[in-house]
Amino acid sequence: MNRFTSVQADMVFSRRMLVVGGAQIAVAGALIGRMGWLAIRENEKYNLLSEDNRVQLIIVPPRRGWIVDRHGKEIATNRSDFRVDLIPEQMKDKDRTVALLTQLLKIPPDEVDRINRELAGARTFQPIQVAENVPYEAYAAVTVRLPELPGVQPSRGFSRYYPAGPAVGHLVGYVGTPSAEDYKKTKDPLFLTPGFKIGKQGLEKTLEPYLRGVPGGQRIEVTASGRLVKELEPKPDRSGQAVQLTIDAGLQEFAARRMGDESGAMVALDVESGDVLAFVSMPAFDPNSFSSGIGRTEWKTLSEDDHKPLVNKVSQGLYPSGSTIKPAMALAFLKQGVDPRQRVHCPGGLRIGNRFFSCDAVHGSVDMHAAIERSCNTYFWAMGLRTDPEQTTEMVNYLGYGQEFPIMGLASQRFGTMPSPKWLEQKYKRKWQGYDSANTSIGQGYVLVNPLQLAVMPGRLASGKIIQPRLLMGAPRQPAPDVAADPEHLVIIRNAMSAVVNGRGTGVGSKLPLDGVLMAGKTGTAQVYKLTTRGVANSNWKLRDHALFIAFAPADKPKYAIGCIIEHGGFGAASAAPIVRDCMTYLFDSEKAWSVLGPLEQSWGGTLAERTARRAAAIEAAAAAAQAAKSTT
Amino acid sequence: MISSAIIPQPLARLPWRLIFLVCGIGGFGLINLYSAAGGAIQPWAMRQGAAFAVFLTLAVVLSNVREERVKQVTIPIYGAIVVMLVLTDLLGFVGKGAQRWLDLGIIRLQPSEFMKPAIALMLARFYDLLPAGDMKSLRAIWPAAALIAVPAGLVILQPDLGTGLMICFAGVTVMFLAGVPLRWFLIPGGLLAAAIPLIYEFLLHDYQRKRIDIFLDPESDVRGAGYHIIQSKIAIGSGGLFGKGFLQGSQSHLQYLPEGHTDFAFATLAEEWGMVGGSLVIIAYLFVIRWCLGVAAKATTRFARLSCAGLTAVLFSYFAINLLMVMGLAPVVGIPLPLISYGGSAVMTVMICLGLLMSFERQQRTRSSFH
Repeated sequence: MNRFTSVQADMVFSRRMLVVGGAQIAVAGALIGRMGWLAIRENEKYNLLSEDNRVQLIIVPPRRGWIVDRHGKEIATNRSDFRVDLIPEQMKDKDRTVALLTQLLKIPPDEVDRINRELAGARTFQPIQVAENVPYEAYAAVTVRLPELPGVQPSRGFSRYYPAGPAVGHLVGYVGTPSAEDYKKTKDPLFLTPGFKIGKQGLEKTLEPYLRGVPGGQRIEVTASGRLVKELEPKPDRSGQAVQLTIDAGLQEFAARRMGDESGAMVALDVESGDVLAFVSMPAFDPNSFSSGIGRTEWKTLSEDDHKPLVNKVSQGLYPSGSTIKPAMALAFLKQGVDPRQRVHCPGGLRIGNRFFSCDAVHGSVDMHAAIERSCNTYFWAMGLRTDPEQTTEMVNYLGYGQEFPIMGLASQRFGTMPSPKWLEQKYKRKWQGYDSANTSIGQGYVLVNPLQLAVMPGRLASGKIIQPRLLMGAPRQPAPDVAADPEHLVIIRNAMSAVVNGRGTGVGSKLPLDGVLMAGKTGTAQVYKLTTRGVANSNWKLRDHALFIAFAPADKPKYAIGCIIEHGGFGAASAAPIVRDCMTYLFDSEKAWSVLGPLEQSWGGTLAERTARRAAAIEAAAAAAQAAKSTT
Repeated sequence: MISSAIIPQPLARLPWRLIFLVCGIGGFGLINLYSAAGGAIQPWAMRQGAAFAVFLTLAVVLSNVREERVKQVTIPIYGAIVVMLVLTDLLGFVGKGAQRWLDLGIIRLQPSEFMKPAIALMLARFYDLLPAGDMKSLRAIWPAAALIAVPAGLVILQPDLGTGLMICFAGVTVMFLAGVPLRWFLIPGGLLAAAIPLIYEFLLHDYQRKRIDIFLDPESDVRGAGYHIIQSKIAIGSGGLFGKGFLQGSQSHLQYLPEGHTDFAFATLAEEWGMVGGSLVIIAYLFVIRWCLGVAAKATTRFARLSCAGLTAVLFSYFAINLLMVMGLAPVVGIPLPLISYGGSAVMTVMICLGLLMSFERQQRTRSSFH
């Protein structure tokens, strides 16, 4: 081994000094390079982040887009209201402020608890809601005392307003404060902003992306700890888009009011375009009372009502079609070669296997026209047994019953069933029997339809086109193909349906009171309680049969189709047909229709709005009584 | 050296180039502290200015001490600081979760600061005393390793990982330049690298481990400790090429940048003066380092050249560790950027190092002028 000398040490030193110096320059170079990367290459990104830091937005919720009808008439609008919020950062004496507000605005105790809770966990610039829908007097009382209430922010907000109230309840749904769940899904700070509402049901929910808009607000510069430094230019909000529906708001309201105290659903279509003109489910809740948060008592009253005002019967209701199936059945028979002139003798019923099926009356000898006109079951049983049930069902289904409609704007629909031998085999693992044909051919048994289908089926028969129902004016419209049937067969059916109302049929009581406009229709009576013979159970509302009616008009040159069901309304001709008649009248002569409705509403105890207001007052009184009872115990 | 008839000899003999550089960096630092306080000389710029003046004077005074005297006091001073470190660990003042200060009643002394220059001198003295022939034997290694390990260990125990690492860095640099065979760096270096997971798992404090986790993934703790790195990068990145302008940095002025006047002062500076201002500081530091390395290279005695190199390493490690940290290239360890960050002790250490370097430089010149 070499001896290490001081000369060598010198050499090693200078060599290694070069290494050390080089390393130091390299590090400095890397640092400058890194600075360049951050400050030049990624400058844009970091500029954004630093702006994000600097500027905070006090969000002002955007105004919700209007919902209007086919003529531009308002269905859902915004009404300005007064509200009071708190900005925690600017408050001085929190306890005193809250106490004074409680007194001025008469805030209930559990609301005071909520406010205190939110104040405790507040992020400084996030406003906290104190009260909305403040009456003007209370609002004014807060405003005059503002100097002694720092941090209190009275403002004018907007609440959703539905001029027609319950008449559009199930159509539009309602809006409400977003839940914690909703916020977790989006993480959008807008969801925490007081006064912001989202669609919770119906079209308000499904059209949310169009209706919401983009929030604006006051831009402020804040420090990391949330202290306000200065106010910047405000960011304008963009209100939501208006959505135009195919609905005829006048008809919608008329139909809802015409139903009176009945429980039912009605759908009206334009048979050329498939436009849904009315979408009514009654009784209904008042969507206005949901906009401002519904009370517990009101909710309880609504959910306990046996007329089910919370259920949207148009999309969620399924009913046996009863005899309304007969026109479609008849077309299926014609298609399979049944001669319309062929007669069947109706002695008041028909024996199938070892069971006797009893008809509503002794019709005698009937052909197809008479069988539809007078709703003879025996004819349809007999023909149902003679034809192929698979093909028959297919035809009825093709015309709309049990069919699914891809209708934009409707969230959940129940489509019902059109039973067929194949379906029966799959679902219940059994063979199709004669009595299945019999039941199906008069719309009983497994047959279940929804009210939308009740309008689509007569609409397709009337126009001879496979129309698709449409709810949004802007939705794409496809040309409807012709119904795959002999046009002459369609004429036979239409004539028979016209005779139901205008001849000697089951619906003669419902002729249109108009010159030159005839309505064609078909009654239906759906058994609810099998073992009860009709008439006996009439005293019990819940056991009565459902009444159905389908119609189109004018009979010779159809424009409109309507399907209607009145739950437990008895015979179809008794309750459903007159409602359809009046709605159809409205479409041709609205003044005449209103003049008929006036006296009717008198007999029911006032207009829909009056009755709604009276019920709301009763609920409020009950709630107050419950509150009083609770506070005394 | 400025030669002029008007300027008195003692003044003219000062290394003015270095002093201008240091004053330039320090002045820029004061301007930056003025901005960090929202446009006020209180509370930072004023006090930092005073500390700067006092310690610069101290450096000039130190520059008059002769090498022989430095040699004589090195071992006693080293010993005294080690004793103080032991005392600090035993009964030190607890602040910010660490025992770093020795409370002497009038002043709080942070002995670890003095250890930074002392370790450089001590190792230089050790290799000065070691016969050249022993350089390749174990005798050149283990005493030096112990001289580094004892104070570094005591400092890390406080716990102050940053300062401990600086002590190791300065000591190891001296060992390297003294001529210890390369295998003594490569083998322990390899072992150390292999042991990193173990060190991480068993030796580090929870908060230190967390800092490393966060360094590797700052977004994992946006609100907590990762916040520092993220906000610092935002400040530097949003500054762009020319910066947002004096007093215009929103990150520091709105307090999004934590410690914008101390450890992260450079981010404040880069936000307002941009890459141009930041690069200027880096380059100025490089000139300081170059001057120091020049002194080391020209030194004639083994003690002087190793001391100078060691002191330079101390200066360099301040600068490098702080900037790597501020730019998100190293975990956050509490090392300030001397002359820019607010804080007297870093200025003091830097001035001690510079004072000693000036003294070595003066002796080179006077010696050469005599011959």
